[in-house]
Amino acid sequence: MFDWLQNIADWLVYDLFNLNRGQHLAEALNFFIYDAVKILILLIAVIFLMGIVNSYFPIDRVKNYLSRNKLYGFEYLIASIFGVVTPFCSCSSVPLFIGFVKGGIPLGVTFAFLITSPLVNEVAIGLFVGLFGIKTTVIYIISGILLGTISGIILQKLKLENLLTPWVKEVLANAQREQDQFKNEQPSLTQRLPLIWSEVVTILKGIVPYVIIGIAIGGLMHGYIPEGFFEKYMSKENLLAVPMATILAIPMYSNAAGILPVVQVLVAKGIPLGTAIAFMMGVVGLSLPEAMLLKKVMTMKLIATFFGVVAVCIIISGYLFNVIL
Amino acid sequence: MSKNIKILGSGCSRCQTLTGLVKEVVSENHIDATIEKVEDIQEIMKYNVMATPALVVDNEIKTKGRIPSKEEILAHLN
Repeated sequence: MFDWLQNIADWLVYDLFNLNRGQHLAEALNFFIYDAVKILILLIAVIFLMGIVNSYFPIDRVKNYLSRNKLYGFEYLIASIFGVVTPFCSCSSVPLFIGFVKGGIPLGVTFAFLITSPLVNEVAIGLFVGLFGIKTTVIYIISGILLGTISGIILQKLKLENLLTPWVKEVLANAQREQDQFKNEQPSLTQRLPLIWSEVVTILKGIVPYVIIGIAIGGLMHGYIPEGFFEKYMSKENLLAVPMATILAIPMYSNAAGILPVVQVLVAKGIPLGTAIAFMMGVVGLSLPEAMLLKKVMTMKLIATFFGVVAVCIIISGYLFNVIL
Repeated sequence: MSKNIKILGSGCSRCQTLTGLVKEVVSENHIDATIEKVEDIQEIMKYNVMATPALVVDNEIKTKGRIPSKEEILAHLN
């Protein structure tokens, strides 16, 4: 699908810049040009498609649906899937949490949504397709949805309502299931497109510098680190690798877009994919800044429990991937 | 009559961007308005907004969860 791009990269590097094939610099540069353009194209495509899907499922409609319908145990899975199509901004997590609580949606279901929403977002999917291919991306999306679902069910079982901050408990006590079906104006797709496109531009502006830097670092490593370099240190047999990777990932949130390209090179050089996926889920799904925001609605004990359950689920899926893939 | 503009958002970068845009629009078009940034979450929740930043003009929610263009902001202020 991207052969034409490889040809352009080859032409630029070997003909226009007149560098020799096999040279470290030439290979690193070729890799950089090819990857950067390919990933940008895929990011634009995925963010745009998800934008279209999302414009038909705005967050108010999601809340209304979860609040109004009896879903017989499937509400965790459905909340988790809604999390995929809803773009996540950590600054909205608190109003979103309160909105769900107000609508009488169980805490565990809210958590399922809150876990999957950042974990499987449009930027992560775009980068994943570009860096790891469709198959790994599908595995990542499905496991992200399951991870949100299962963590949500566990968190519900732990009965954490009394660990909310006092004013949220009050909101909870006054919570009401919504009766009415959500109605909003239904503009046609062509009317929606300009808004969706401006969102694509906003999102891209925020991540492109990180992506470019990440790919540049990846390109350098690609040219200079020998194949299989990490196999000695991080083999599948090393049981500490997955938990270590998950914990290391927690402070790296702000640069998720820049970190994924580097991780891809690490995988190419011998780090097992399951360990890498655990690391990436930690980077994308467990963010310290988000935890600090949640302090307004949850006690530290609740935040710690929330992160702990998600971290354990990430570690388990990391081990699973290492066994399966 | 002076317009009352509120920007709801708990201080994230997108909310600051929106506040900046609104200020520009107001001063460029010499609109008589007070601009207030609402950062307190309990205050924000009174508007039943689940996605920030939100633009509120004379207590009516105009946009939420996105950053509108300057032209759109101007349209909401007239």
